Amino acid sequence: MMSPALVLGASFGYLLLLFAIAAYADRRADQGRSIIDNAGVYALSWGVYCTAWTYFGSVGRAASGGVWFLPIYLGPMLAMLLAWVVLRKMVRISQTYRITSIADFIASRYGKSPLLAAVVTLITVVGMLPYIALQLKAVSAGYDVLTANAGTGREPGWWLDGTFYVALLLAAFAIIFGTRHLDQSERHEGMVAAVAFESGVKLLAFLAVGGFVTWGLFDGMADIWARAQQMPEITRLLRLDNGAGSFSHAQWFAMIVLAMLSVLLLPRQFQVMVVECVNERHIRRAAWLFPVYLLLINIFVLPIAIGGLVLFGSGVMDPETFVLSVPLYHGAGLLALVVYIGGLSAVTGMLIVETVAVSTMVCNDLVTPALLRSRRFARRSGGDLTRLLLNIRRAAILTVLLLGYLYYRIAGEAYALVSIGLISFAAVAQFAPALLGGMYWKGGTRTGALAGLTGGALVWAWTLMLPSVAKSGWIDAGFLDGPFGLTLLAPESLFGLTGLDYLTHSLFWSMLVNIGLYVGLSLARDPSPREASQAVLFVDVYETHAAEPVFWRGRARLADLRDLAGRFLGAERAQALFHEHARDMGVAPDALVADARLVDRVERQIAGAVGTASARVMVESVAQEEPLTIDNVLDILDEASQVRSYARQLEQVTSELRDANEELKSLDQLKDDFMSSVTHELRTPLTSIRALAEPDAGHARYRRCRPRRILGIILKESERLGRLVNQVLDLAKIEAGMAEWNTCDIDLRQLVADSLRATSELFREKGAEVVADLAPDLPPVQADPDRMMQVMMNLLSNAAKFVPVPGGRVDVSLSRQGDGLVVSVRDNGRGVDPAEQAVVFDKFRQVGDARDRPPSAGLGLPISREIVNNLGGEMWLESEPGQGACFAFRLPLQPEGGVDEHQGSDRG
Amino acid sequence: MKGGSKRRRQILIALCAAGFALLNFPLLTIWDREITLFGLPLLPVALFAIWAGLIVALALVSERSARPRRPPPRDGGGT
Repeated sequence: MMSPALVLGASFGYLLLLFAIAAYADRRADQGRSIIDNAGVYALSWGVYCTAWTYFGSVGRAASGGVWFLPIYLGPMLAMLLAWVVLRKMVRISQTYRITSIADFIASRYGKSPLLAAVVTLITVVGMLPYIALQLKAVSAGYDVLTANAGTGREPGWWLDGTFYVALLLAAFAIIFGTRHLDQSERHEGMVAAVAFESGVKLLAFLAVGGFVTWGLFDGMADIWARAQQMPEITRLLRLDNGAGSFSHAQWFAMIVLAMLSVLLLPRQFQVMVVECVNERHIRRAAWLFPVYLLLINIFVLPIAIGGLVLFGSGVMDPETFVLSVPLYHGAGLLALVVYIGGLSAVTGMLIVETVAVSTMVCNDLVTPALLRSRRFARRSGGDLTRLLLNIRRAAILTVLLLGYLYYRIAGEAYALVSIGLISFAAVAQFAPALLGGMYWKGGTRTGALAGLTGGALVWAWTLMLPSVAKSGWIDAGFLDGPFGLTLLAPESLFGLTGLDYLTHSLFWSMLVNIGLYVGLSLARDPSPREASQAVLFVDVYETHAAEPVFWRGRARLADLRDLAGRFLGAERAQALFHEHARDMGVAPDALVADARLVDRVERQIAGAVGTASARVMVESVAQEEPLTIDNVLDILDEASQVRSYARQLEQVTSELRDANEELKSLDQLKDDFMSSVTHELRTPLTSIRALAEPDAGHARYRRCRPRRILGIILKESERLGRLVNQVLDLAKIEAGMAEWNTCDIDLRQLVADSLRATSELFREKGAEVVADLAPDLPPVQADPDRMMQVMMNLLSNAAKFVPVPGGRVDVSLSRQGDGLVVSVRDNGRGVDPAEQAVVFDKFRQVGDARDRPPSAGLGLPISREIVNNLGGEMWLESEPGQGACFAFRLPLQPEGGVDEHQGSDRG
Repeated sequence: MKGGSKRRRQILIALCAAGFALLNFPLLTIWDREITLFGLPLLPVALFAIWAGLIVALALVSERSARPRRPPPRDGGGT
């Protein structure tokens, strides 16, 4: 056993560490270097889902119900499969409209109704009390086990109860890190970092105790099971029916659905997943990291539970404390303390986030609206309200924790941890129809949501909450058989409905009433203009992003708006807000007009501080609004969609223009290259002609000696010049589509053979061997014989230029491939580098080093390709460096049954 | 990108439906026998295995679509 001082000291030290981490994260955030801006930390912070319920309760549940602890974690797994679809939309909506709590979310969706916000807040507060009590119960039970206080039977007064002080200490933590800024839509980085850290601590502590039981006290999981099989009641445990005869699959299903909804709708989950989301792209990775976390923290639950039963025997120890008692009674006191700290982090994480979330709702949706309405408050209006609002929030945190403590004192002993938690789960499940329905169905109305929520919550209270109080003896137990003897109203078998367990029963009735009223009353009446406009903003949040419609008509004075913003945001932030708006609008700050967009912006900013419903009320109070009509809403939507479609068109035209400009630029570059190459190529022969014709003494003598030879050179050079000019003209003509084509049936075999004969002299000069492999009996192709001759001459003379001397070899082949004839000319020269293969067909682009390449105008290949393309064929190069190059082209055979135009002209 | 994200949505919804089917009555009763696997009772092993399988499927869908596929670079030689 441990001394209370040691346990308290360690707990306090741990809380101090949390303070340090939170303070560090807050400082980093202020410097703009967030430590929570990644998917890993984001997913860890979701681990706040695992509370004392998971940590202590799961083992207890497993010891009595086998695998029945699992649906609470399988539900989130299924919910996470849809996180990218549903959660991302929640995040997008909340961040666009600066929504900071579930109450805000629902109220905002149904026309920013303050009444709806208040109802949601009340349900949350009442619904969360059992959950908060659960945490306090777990801390105190754990403390009792460690200090062997259990079973003394002496109930200490509340002033001696350590749990009370734990509650106070946690309130202090939540107040310090949860209420730093008034604007809730600014994230609580410190709090999130601390919570993520706590998730890590509780996981490691739980894995440590699991490893200790499995491999320290037993010889692996199989050994635990082998020893458990000697106890028949344990063997029966690991069946779906727990040995009770039949599998109550309705309850299994209900628990999965409940957990699936809770993981999105619990106030603390909404806080860490939606409000504290830094970047919605993190959802994608966190959505699978979080189930991994849940799987890890659950993997040792059964081994610990069964191991504990084997070691202690059933009925000796409370299985909910196995994680502590097993190490404690088997000589691992230090481990027990570590595990206790792990449990403490599960508790503190939950309590801090939950109270911050709930206090935001209480402040924004219960207290502030009441304050804003009261006359006394109105008299002292003006002045900065931020301080007051923060204090309200602080008081709310304290109150919620103390109410939780009260519930723990009242009803804490009657239920197991898991059962208490399920009561809260069933409460938040009531939000599902209004919230999820509101995200996907535009027809939902305020009346429907209000009636559904109220009805569902009342049924929940009647069938689940009140029985929990009754079972602990605070209400006469006869209540469970129906009040005043009315058995039809018996809370756990309403209208005589039996055959369901109490949880499924409650969930069934409350959901039936909730969904029935929500859908029924929504259908009974058309949505009001404001409801309809909010419905559009929520359901179409992805579409309305580009040009957001602003549903507001009326007049406001700039001074009033400034005043209002100053009161809720503080003078400094209000100033910044107006400057920013002026900049976005492109006007000077003094020239701002109080138009709909500005009013909307101010309202949104205030909403971040006091909630959407209160913000609406405040804006209404300073501006003269025209009531929205359905026609207004339609007009505004129409305008917005027009703006959107203009924007889209503009974007399209811009991108087309940009593409065209790029193309023009590259063509221009090509033209410049072409010009400079042509002039260079023209100058070379000109220079040599001019040099030979120069009336210079030295040359004169030379000319006298070898006049015939000099004239020969001049002639050759001017021929080259003429050929080049012809080529340029030729290419220009083909490219411009002005060339004349004398297309007729030609025998390609004959043409290739002719070309080989014509170039035989070239190859003989180089001593190269030419091998022709021409397939016989080929059908004729449609082509221009002169042009084709030109192509062949080009390819052959090109090959002749590159073959090595001596030992050159050129293979020419003609064959039929599919519906075309392919001619290839392969040399055994040095080949073409892959990088250069792309450019050999470009004009005047000669491949290779300038020094060792043979002289050429470089127009042969581009012209050849243009010709082949124009005849509907294609030309390509296959080459590997060192392996020679193979230029080939393919001409299509004319289709059966008719001659058609050559198809090449449509090519660029 | 738009078409890809729509497809991912549908895959995720289908996965969720498959998960619901696998983790509920009546498919669950398949594993409800007194058989051991590696010395461990079949039911919890099966539940954890299905769970892990769903996580792997979700991770694959999430991470693959995180990197948009680019069209292969155009072959510069022929055209």
